[in-house]
Amino acid sequence: MIPLAHYLILGAIMFALSVIGIFLNRKNVVILLMSIELLLLAINTNFLAFSHYLQDTAGQVFVFFILTVAAAESAIGLAILIVLFRNRHTINVEDLDTLKG
Amino acid sequence: MNGILNVTPAIPELFVFTMACVILVVDLYISKEQRAISYGLTLLTLGVGAMLSVLSFSAEPVFTFNNMFVDDALSDVVKVAICLITLVVFVYSRDYIEARGLFKGEYFVLGLFAVVGMMVMASANHLLVLYLGLELLSLSLYSLVAFQRDSNLATEAAMKYFVLGALASGMMLYGMSILYGLTGSLDIPAIRKAVGGMSPDDVVLIFGLVFVLVGLAFKLGVVPFHMWVPDVYHGAPTSTTLFIGTTPKIAGFAIVIRLLIGGLEDLHGTWQDMVIILAVLSIATGNLIAIAQTNLKRMLAYSAISHMGFMLLGVLAGTPTGYSAALFYILIYAVMSLGAFGMIILLSREGFEADELDDLKGLNQRNSWYALLMLLLMISMAGIPPAVGFFAKLAVIQAIVDVNLVWLAVIAVLFAVVGAFYYLRVIKLMYFDPPAEGVQTIQAASDLKVVIGVNAWAVLLVLPWIGPIQQLCLTAVASVMNGFVS
Repeated sequence: MIPLAHYLILGAIMFALSVIGIFLNRKNVVILLMSIELLLLAINTNFLAFSHYLQDTAGQVFVFFILTVAAAESAIGLAILIVLFRNRHTINVEDLDTLKG
Repeated sequence: MNGILNVTPAIPELFVFTMACVILVVDLYISKEQRAISYGLTLLTLGVGAMLSVLSFSAEPVFTFNNMFVDDALSDVVKVAICLITLVVFVYSRDYIEARGLFKGEYFVLGLFAVVGMMVMASANHLLVLYLGLELLSLSLYSLVAFQRDSNLATEAAMKYFVLGALASGMMLYGMSILYGLTGSLDIPAIRKAVGGMSPDDVVLIFGLVFVLVGLAFKLGVVPFHMWVPDVYHGAPTSTTLFIGTTPKIAGFAIVIRLLIGGLEDLHGTWQDMVIILAVLSIATGNLIAIAQTNLKRMLAYSAISHMGFMLLGVLAGTPTGYSAALFYILIYAVMSLGAFGMIILLSREGFEADELDDLKGLNQRNSWYALLMLLLMISMAGIPPAVGFFAKLAVIQAIVDVNLVWLAVIAVLFAVVGAFYYLRVIKLMYFDPPAEGVQTIQAASDLKVVIGVNAWAVLLVLPWIGPIQQLCLTAVASVMNGFVS
């Protein structure tokens, strides 16, 4: 039996990796989309671990919804990526600097 | 307790959602010249949606769908405001999107889906419902920003909005998963009960709270999570900026109330300090950086950041008067921001965006009526009496003085004075600078002219009703509290 804490640590590491991926990545927008997927999977791990620990199915239902929303989200993300590529012929993150926040 | 099949409290959402699907199908069968039908149906949907929300008004909360969904005074006030403001948004946008080839059925359908998302957020009594509403809103907004497919700026803004928005949802979800693990429930009243039995110094609880708060801050666009706001406001087509700058703020306020005050009010002492930092940074950064902007849309974006900071002052006070002041502030802000972006749309024409400050030069000589309307909106945003913006600021500052945060009130007022500079600069440009060479006369549809006139004068004409509106806000906030007693 693997204790709850191990799952939570795994989730936290995946979450941290994906946030680092979003902020440190200077090359490719596709990697940003991958990081966002990893982010949601880290959260799913958390929910599943808690759901099993609490013996409560609500958490698992939440995971199904997150998976569905993640699919819709990556569809929109990829669509925006394609439009962006058509306009600029590059998907380099560093080239996205016309607007300066 | 009502059964699972009682759908009456959710009728406004169901109606708007069904109509959005109907418009999507109808739009397939009509020709390009008949596109006004989709437009008319959209306005009708929003009007009826607002009416249904008014009809379902009840001070006592009604729960349905296994207590996942609540219909109380707060949700009704928010829903009516969202429907009516979105209706005006579409009236303003019509000419603008027509001139840019964006007058398509999908534009209206995406707008309506976003409205459904916001209405669900306002009524959420369960973390899952709240998340689904939020995502429905966000996904529609990403697409609306990217709607102008051939625009370099719009697609870049959409990509930035998408990445940061997804990150924000992720942060909030991570916080929710921690809360779920600690309290064993996704139901907001159950979370409230469980949190009440825990020590407010519980490190894991605070860990979850921080993630939820960061997610909320991202969605509201407060410093230091504001990076997306100026870029998205600037890059998106003005009609979309108009939408993003108004109703999602109200919906954002609704989820702040549901999560922080509904679910986690017992941690008020802990989150108050964090919210104070967010509010002070927003008010300071927003007002200071807005001065340096030359683009009107960017200037209004930084002004939005500072206004969100002011709204948070009411939230952090932690008293019912504070919450109702924040609700009042956000409603007034939405109306002012609607008018200000409406003016940009009014001054724009085919192939020309009136989004630089210089485009306002000498507006008084070109058309003194529009200059007067813009003047009213600017003094209201700056918080100069007798405009209603002043009373909104007064109410939130009153709320924090009541809880002995006088130093915070002093900072807020100081930066409001700094902020007045860039609003007054707009007025100076309109009245005292000569118009640029070769500007054309302003042409606008008559419905747009009438609505924007009403919108701008509303900042003065609403004055006699300030008392009743504030009373309504108090009722709305009190109804959230009532929901937990029963």
